[in-house]
Amino acid sequence: MTATAMKSELTQPQLQAAFYDLDEHDHPEGGSTMLGFWMYLMSDCLIFAMLFAAYGVLGGSFAAGPGPKDLFDLKLIALNTAMLLFSSITYGFAMLAMEKDNRGATQLWLLVTAVFGAAFLFIELYEFSHLIHEGATPMRSGFLTAFFSLVGTHGLHVTFGLIWLFTLVVQIGKKGLIPANKRRLMCLSLFWHFLDVIWIGVFTFVYLMGML
Amino acid sequence: MEVVDHSHWSPILGRLWWDAMPQEPIVLATFVVVALGGAALVAGLTYFKLWGYLWKEWFTSVDHKKIGIMYMILGLVMFLRGFADAVMMRIQQSIAFNGNEGYLNAHHYDQIFTAHGVIMIFFVAMPFVTGLMNYIVPLQIGARDVSFPFLNNFSFWMTTAGAVLVMASLFIGEFAQTGWLAYPPLSNLAYSPWVGVDYYIWALQIAGVGTLLSGVNLIATIVKMRAPGMTMMRMPIFTWTALCTNILIVAAFPVLTAVMTMLTVDRYLGFNFFTNDFGGSPMMYVNLIWIWGHPEVYILILPLFGVFSEVTSTFSGKRLFGYSSMVYATLVITILSYLVWLHHFFTMGSGASVNSFFGITTMVISIPTGAKLFNWLFTMYRGRIRFELPMMWTVAFMLTFTIGGMTGVLLAVPPADFVLHNSLFLIAHFHNVIIGGVLFGIFAAINFWWPKAFGFKLNEFWGKVSFWLWVPGFWFAFMPLYILGLMGVTRRMRTFDDPSLQIFFIIAAFGALMIAGGIGAMLVQFAVSIWKREELKDETGDPWNGRTLEWSTSSPPPEYNFAFTPIVHDIDAWEDMKRCGVERPTAGFRPIHMPKGTGSGLILAGLSTVLGFAMIWYIWWLAAVSFLGVIGFAIFHTFNYKRDYHIPVETVEQTEAERTRQLAAAGA
Repeated sequence: MTATAMKSELTQPQLQAAFYDLDEHDHPEGGSTMLGFWMYLMSDCLIFAMLFAAYGVLGGSFAAGPGPKDLFDLKLIALNTAMLLFSSITYGFAMLAMEKDNRGATQLWLLVTAVFGAAFLFIELYEFSHLIHEGATPMRSGFLTAFFSLVGTHGLHVTFGLIWLFTLVVQIGKKGLIPANKRRLMCLSLFWHFLDVIWIGVFTFVYLMGML
Repeated sequence: MEVVDHSHWSPILGRLWWDAMPQEPIVLATFVVVALGGAALVAGLTYFKLWGYLWKEWFTSVDHKKIGIMYMILGLVMFLRGFADAVMMRIQQSIAFNGNEGYLNAHHYDQIFTAHGVIMIFFVAMPFVTGLMNYIVPLQIGARDVSFPFLNNFSFWMTTAGAVLVMASLFIGEFAQTGWLAYPPLSNLAYSPWVGVDYYIWALQIAGVGTLLSGVNLIATIVKMRAPGMTMMRMPIFTWTALCTNILIVAAFPVLTAVMTMLTVDRYLGFNFFTNDFGGSPMMYVNLIWIWGHPEVYILILPLFGVFSEVTSTFSGKRLFGYSSMVYATLVITILSYLVWLHHFFTMGSGASVNSFFGITTMVISIPTGAKLFNWLFTMYRGRIRFELPMMWTVAFMLTFTIGGMTGVLLAVPPADFVLHNSLFLIAHFHNVIIGGVLFGIFAAINFWWPKAFGFKLNEFWGKVSFWLWVPGFWFAFMPLYILGLMGVTRRMRTFDDPSLQIFFIIAAFGALMIAGGIGAMLVQFAVSIWKREELKDETGDPWNGRTLEWSTSSPPPEYNFAFTPIVHDIDAWEDMKRCGVERPTAGFRPIHMPKGTGSGLILAGLSTVLGFAMIWYIWWLAAVSFLGVIGFAIFHTFNYKRDYHIPVETVEQTEAERTRQLAAAGA
């Protein structure tokens, strides 16, 4: 129906009903949260893209210092990767428990996730301290600057993820699995799996290809 | 100039010491004036007991309209600062001939041209554009607020925090002397050892967080909160351009964040991203910063293209010509803006093929932009044009921007660019498009939407005085720079050897003086309009016979924007409603669900300012404390689950009854 036709055919109350939502109810909260958080994640992904690009540019600039083959211990990194991947699976279990509205199990799986996440961080810090003791500091070369920045930024994200996770465990304890908390769990879930995806990129691009 | 030793450091105050106080008489005098003015302002606010009002109604408000207005005020204040820098440069360059050193020493002059660029882009153009989008977009799409009202308030205060740091650098320490993009190796610690570049980094980093979050917010708002019936292809063009701009923000600002962080670790921790030695690459910085920087200029201009579209169509009394081609042109510009960054440094030596690629993509952008111009011209064609102030600025834009665009295409030719790179021709070009496009657009928008925001029109006489000083003033100020640039004069020069150039700089300074008059007239225009607001009052809410939904509500709109959410059937939804003769419903109101104000954004931004300041001055303990403060307070904030309330139906009824009275008085 064209607008002009409407005018000729409709009475004023009908027109008002056609042009105004006269029976509007409260909109549920948080309808934009997942979209907004997804966009934030994509912007975060761009930060990693820049760090990957910098690694691509500087990755071969050893400045007569050590290179990947002198430094990386693939077995350690494989263990590290396993920790992070396990933490993603256990986060998945937390989400399944959340779907069943099982507060205790959700908290428990979150804490298991935190253990794996902390193990990942611990191994990463061990690797870093080992490198630094060998004199392979980020100040040593462009390659090491790019390496430490990329891997370290990922590690910082995991650290903030852990802080967030503990906050949520407390909030679930206080308020239960209310819609707001479910939304937050969903956001952290996206964040946590996102960090997994980034790590797969780091593992492949930095460690595996570095050892070729 | 003697070299000052700034190597002092103490655990309590870091690098902060007496040598951070203003040393130069000009800065000292400015400091005294600003300090006295600030003290007077604080005293006035205290005397009239306005702090409580400001805190409750403005600073902690999550109302997108109030936040939009605060953004505009921030932009205006910083504009005066940025323009003061411009005038100082014009005076220096017009007298520094024949052995005359001018009145600014090199250290001071270099800070001025850096601050001018940084302020005008980050703290004038960005707040203006963000403020406009904040105010207008929710109204245009028939929404009651943005998707994330708290984040909106937080974003504003983070932008303000960045501006505060830049202003602090004027009086405490120094600002960067590197040019507005702070290229390394000059911006590395070895060549910029004191606090200037650190002020630059932290101001941009903190403001950048605000910009990014407001980008996420507005995209979510436009995607999720449009009124029923408003399909994408029925959105007002300004909303379309706002959507594209915010997509650019979300896709570009993380790059700036990353690059600034890399420069930070280079300077603070001795990393080697951009160093000359140990395998660093300064040219990587130039590439990365322009991958942000080129989309940035489209972030600035796109919303103003939207403004010009709304103004042209409203004041020609016609639907916009070629709505869908306008949408697609905007989208094409959005995409292409990522494929041109290298034209900022053709002289880097990437080789003929790479330069040709980027030269061609740059020229291709002029096609969708040209399509837009023709759309505006065809909208005017056979329209009943009313030359009110917004329309005057729009016509001035069309003329000015086209010339600026053409010199841009000229610069896009790599061989020509090798001659003109870093010359005053380039300076003239980008002022031609930024002033002629962004600034004229802001002025059109202010004159257009002021009555919506405040309920009265702006005084026309002073508006015209401002217009006729601004537009010729712009031409006087920048045409000489084109000529100088073609003759080979480079940018950022403090003194000159060739006396035959002086006349051009004097003409340019005269132009700057005219612009100063234009700015003065604009301030008078605001003052006179506020003074005579009863005479200029608009009670209809629709003073220009507008076409989009923001004109369907009262001026200023109630807190909830729309008592009933409108339903959209066509492009130009309000025009459609007027054509169909829909009467405004006056009964059957309901309580309205709204977000609650909070001081958290201001507190977080305040802590971030302290964090930035502490990092700039190496006050490590304070940096640690404020960082923990930010994290701790952010966590504390998430424990607040009660963030909304209902406006009671009685309040809605009262407000709407008042609106009915107003409309009756206006005879509508």
